[in-house]
Amino acid sequence: MKEFLLIFRADYKTMPKGSPEEMQAMTKRWMDWIGGIAAQNKLLNIGNRLISEGRVVKANKSVTDGPYMEIKESVVGYLIIKVESYDKAIEIAKGCPILNIDGNVEIREVSQL
Amino acid sequence: MEEQELIPHLFRTEYRKIVSVLSRHFGFDQIETAVDIASDTFLTASEIWGLNGIPPNPTAWLYAVAKNKAKNHLHRNLIYENKIVPELQNTYSEIHPDEIDLSPQNINDSQLQMMFAICHPSISTEAQIGLSLRILCGFGIEEIADAFLTNKETINKRLFRAKEKLRLEKITIELPHLSELDDRLETVLRTIYLLFNEGYYSLSQNQTLRKDLCLEAMRLCYMLVENKSTNKPQVNALLSLMCFHASRFEARVDKNGELILYEDQDISLWDSDLIRKGEYFLNCSASGNKISKYHMEAAIAYWHTQKNDTIEKWENILQLYNQLLQIEYSPVAALNRTYALSKANSKEEAIVEAIKLNLTDYPFYFTLLGELYTGIDTKKANQNFQKALALAKTHMDKNAIQKKIEKL
Repeated sequence: MKEFLLIFRADYKTMPKGSPEEMQAMTKRWMDWIGGIAAQNKLLNIGNRLISEGRVVKANKSVTDGPYMEIKESVVGYLIIKVESYDKAIEIAKGCPILNIDGNVEIREVSQL
Repeated sequence: MEEQELIPHLFRTEYRKIVSVLSRHFGFDQIETAVDIASDTFLTASEIWGLNGIPPNPTAWLYAVAKNKAKNHLHRNLIYENKIVPELQNTYSEIHPDEIDLSPQNINDSQLQMMFAICHPSISTEAQIGLSLRILCGFGIEEIADAFLTNKETINKRLFRAKEKLRLEKITIELPHLSELDDRLETVLRTIYLLFNEGYYSLSQNQTLRKDLCLEAMRLCYMLVENKSTNKPQVNALLSLMCFHASRFEARVDKNGELILYEDQDISLWDSDLIRKGEYFLNCSASGNKISKYHMEAAIAYWHTQKNDTIEKWENILQLYNQLLQIEYSPVAALNRTYALSKANSKEEAIVEAIKLNLTDYPFYFTLLGELYTGIDTKKANQNFQKALALAKTHMDKNAIQKKIEKL
């Protein structure tokens, strides 16, 4: 088994700020997707969802506010799965609700070294 | 109560108390002595009561006899130790027979401490369950063998090895230190839950024995709830869960011992008193900041006491399974989660998810697939039920699947 980090990216500006019912439906889609991964015994780490604010510390030690509201592809969350191959990881990622709001999932194998 | 009923009854309730108190008094390495004295006490009772009739206070009689036998044993040992091996340090001289304390408080404490000693992580869970049944529940070797669907020799060997291990590890009969309590409690709870499941899902056809296993598990858990230091949220959650499950005991089996599936059960046979108790302990479990798998399972079991198929019910059950699986994966939870998904979302979605599970070793996996295909693709439904039938281990399961095939 290999470990893969799934990084969810989306544009905060185009994210739906819908009614409570829509938000609830969105939460349910995430819960069902993650529950489905767990039901296959492939969820290694539930990870976290991130809020839109942030800071960036640069090489010269200067600090800027994260430009997450401005850029199109902000990291909004991540989790870690354990599967045999990239193909299996891709299969799981294809069900991710982030794709419904035009976001994307980056899949990276975790180095075992 | 007649003598022939009274002695087995007292054996069930008093044997474990005598063993626990004496073992604690003698030390765990002398557990065999404690077991012998307790058994001997009951043998004496059956002889004397048969001749002279039942004494006015049978329990007190048993305690007095057990105490005397323990005193005699210690006395013999003292002579042996003092006269035959005077050069050895006398370990028994520190134990004063008069201190054998059979007060209710000490009985409770001893049983609770015994529970922690038996459910020690150094021995296998099977051995923990076996020892619990033998020492804490007063089950005979034959009954334990029956519950595990094995023979007396296997159980005897298993229990002997476990006792040896506990002796070598120098396990003491006491409550764990506060810093270890939660960890050790987890092992105790797991053993209690397995004991309950052994009764609830056991392959054994012996209904009375199965119910006894469940009731004993609940009794042990109740002892933890009654004690201040072990009355923790997760303990209440487990007790609540067992109450909810046990409430369906009468409804899930028909007169011929056949299993009646949840959706076909007669609700009037559900034990409303146990359901109320389950709700009470579920409320008690809602404190602290840690959510255990027992909380999730108790909440799921609570929703199952609501017979009506509402969207709310199944959506709640689905989300609870989603969370339960994140805490701890198990094939059974994965299968049940997929069933809840079919009820809350759709059969089509559940079929896609079920195929991903690929739990082809489990008969229930094919039963689930058969169930999901029912009304959608009769041919596939039938194929899956046939596979389930080929894998099913018990007559009860086979019958339930056969009924589903007939309904197609």
